[in-house]
Amino acid sequence: MAVLKVTFTKTNRDKLAQVLWVLNCVSVVTGVTLFSLGLFLKVEIEKRRELMSKEIDSVPNMLISVGLIACAVNFLGGKICYDCVDTTKFLRWKLLMLPYIICTFFFTFCILVGALMCYSMRNDLEESLFQGLRDAMRYYKDTDMPGRCYIKRTMDMLQMQFQCCGNGGYRDWFHIQWISNRYLDMTNSEVVDRLQSNVEGKYLIDGVPFSCCNIHSSRPCIQHQITNNSANYNYDYQTEELNLNRKGCRHALLDHYTDIMQSIGLIVLTIWLFEVSVLTGVRYLQTAMENVLRFGDPDSESDGWILENSIADTARYNFNIIKNLGKCYQVDDDPNIDVPSTSQQPHENVPAS
Amino acid sequence: AVLPVKFTKAKRDKLAQLLWVLNWVSVVTGIILFSLGVFLKVEINKRQDLMAERQLQSVPNMLIAVGLIACGINFLGGKICYDCVDTSKFLRWKLVMLPYIICTFFFTLSILVGGLMCYSLHGQLEESLTLGLHDAMRYYKDTDTPGRCFLKRTVDLMQIQFQCCGNEGHRDWFQIQWISNRYLDMSRPKGVDRLRSNVEGKYLMDGVPFSCCNVNSPRPCIQYQITNDSAHFNYDYQTEELNLWIRGCRQALLDYYTDILHSVGLTVLIIWLFELSVLMGVRYLQTALENVWRRGDPECESEGWLLETSFVATARTNFNIIKNLGKFNQINTASNGDPNIDRPSTAHYGPDKVPPKSIPIAS
Repeated sequence: MAVLKVTFTKTNRDKLAQVLWVLNCVSVVTGVTLFSLGLFLKVEIEKRRELMSKEIDSVPNMLISVGLIACAVNFLGGKICYDCVDTTKFLRWKLLMLPYIICTFFFTFCILVGALMCYSMRNDLEESLFQGLRDAMRYYKDTDMPGRCYIKRTMDMLQMQFQCCGNGGYRDWFHIQWISNRYLDMTNSEVVDRLQSNVEGKYLIDGVPFSCCNIHSSRPCIQHQITNNSANYNYDYQTEELNLNRKGCRHALLDHYTDIMQSIGLIVLTIWLFEVSVLTGVRYLQTAMENVLRFGDPDSESDGWILENSIADTARYNFNIIKNLGKCYQVDDDPNIDVPSTSQQPHENVPAS
Repeated sequence: AVLPVKFTKAKRDKLAQLLWVLNWVSVVTGIILFSLGVFLKVEINKRQDLMAERQLQSVPNMLIAVGLIACGINFLGGKICYDCVDTSKFLRWKLVMLPYIICTFFFTLSILVGGLMCYSLHGQLEESLTLGLHDAMRYYKDTDTPGRCFLKRTVDLMQIQFQCCGNEGHRDWFQIQWISNRYLDMSRPKGVDRLRSNVEGKYLMDGVPFSCCNVNSPRPCIQYQITNDSAHFNYDYQTEELNLWIRGCRQALLDYYTDILHSVGLTVLIIWLFELSVLMGVRYLQTALENVWRRGDPECESEGWLLETSFVATARTNFNIIKNLGKFNQINTASNGDPNIDRPSTAHYGPDKVPPKSIPIAS
């Protein structure tokens, strides 16, 4: 018994072919949309490449390639459906249609995988951002080294734009030396004391760069001697909340990218549903047209279905085909091999045919 | 006639159809004018805190009004041109067309005025920004005064976004007190000295807010004791260029708004040229169709023109019409031809006291 059988009259078939032609043209547009979403994501990730330790390019590349394939597949599908209105023209495509449908099925599956990948990118991104930001903060002071001279600017602009400070919070700046030795007076005893006070000889202070300053603060920014209440008038480190940006930049960037990914994922899932419906329509059209040709009468009614037998039967049948494809290369039943007969024929010496 | 052109029936129909399409395109350009006005209004309102009160809203309001009127006029024009293909339908619009063309002429003039106003806003904008920024910097520290509590944030955001510092430069901050007294320790001698050291009792120092810091600087930002070379290692105030933003915020904002106004002005002028050409086409169509009506034969050739007589003669005729419009309201003492005034005759007729019959004039 066929799966989800539907009977089509001639007019139904023609209408289905026309609708599918229009839907395939719309699908070309959605393919372009997929492509541009992939491109947008790639650009967004490249913009902050310096702050990521490894390349996150699997998802955008997948979306870009799926978008391009969608345009081509649906363009071909549109052409096929346009020709299906005329039964004679359908003959041209008869042999191509089943492979086309199988390819489109796998391709639609790729769209679904692409959409699900969007949601799974978060963990990779978090790890990449953690290491990338940690390195960026370490190289903040190296504005005289080629390859690292723009990290200070990138970091400052990041902290101002996303209103964040440090990796997980502003205290991260207390553990690294972000003031270069070129601007430290080595003759000053205080400086020498600080340098000697820790194992690695780093100049650590309880201060942060100016870009951590919170613009919503009602007082001028306190960026040095942050933990020292007596250094600043009318200031309590424990209760002061508005002075610096509280959010960590890793968290801020992760939120930003997660928002983008969720929107893109939703759009891709919608496009996937649309493509599945177009594929179903094309399958019905193909089976209906083939049945018409089987009956021989172009104007007769015919049945269309998704699968001719049940799902289990079709799976078993295809599995056997694939097994036999493997067996083809073995010598057994090949009629082209000339094997002398070894059976005993005493009277006529004629090999059994 | 001024610029006469001969139109056959086929040409008239084509002109009418073309004008119908062009009028619809003009509706779209009217929407564009409207949205340009809205955009300009939003941009000016976004930074209202930094601008002193001036007549800056006139230009966006003009563009918005002109855009809406353009949509209305061109919609009507499209309807008229659509009907002009059919000579019978043209009768409906015959009386409306000339007033319509005159209105559209004045309206097109106001588009031109709107476009030119965009370029003239520069002077007012500069004055408004100078005063507005001066006040904003003065009230920077008043984050506890209602009505001024967000000025600090606005100024900081502006300096960060436009990469500028102060009104004309970073030295402007040296002349105002931008740290509130609530955060100054009055018990310390240094603080009291500074306050006493100037006439107005203000706490002035050679420091700037953090938002003046230049992100391109290779060293951590120096925002306090800027003019004091010895306060910082390896620092020379005279040669240091990358530490703070060099540009003044007035110049930065002025450049930004001038760019916007120039683009908007250019777009409006292009739309004006387009509207002018549509107007000329409608005028040709109107005169051609009226000449067809005068001849009586819908299929014949007819002439279309911009003005029937020369410029000077038309101007004189219109001027006389306007003068006579004024005279209508005066009472005519000699009832020359006005049949409605009932006046007893004072003429001395012949012995039978019968007024002579009027002599019929041969036509």
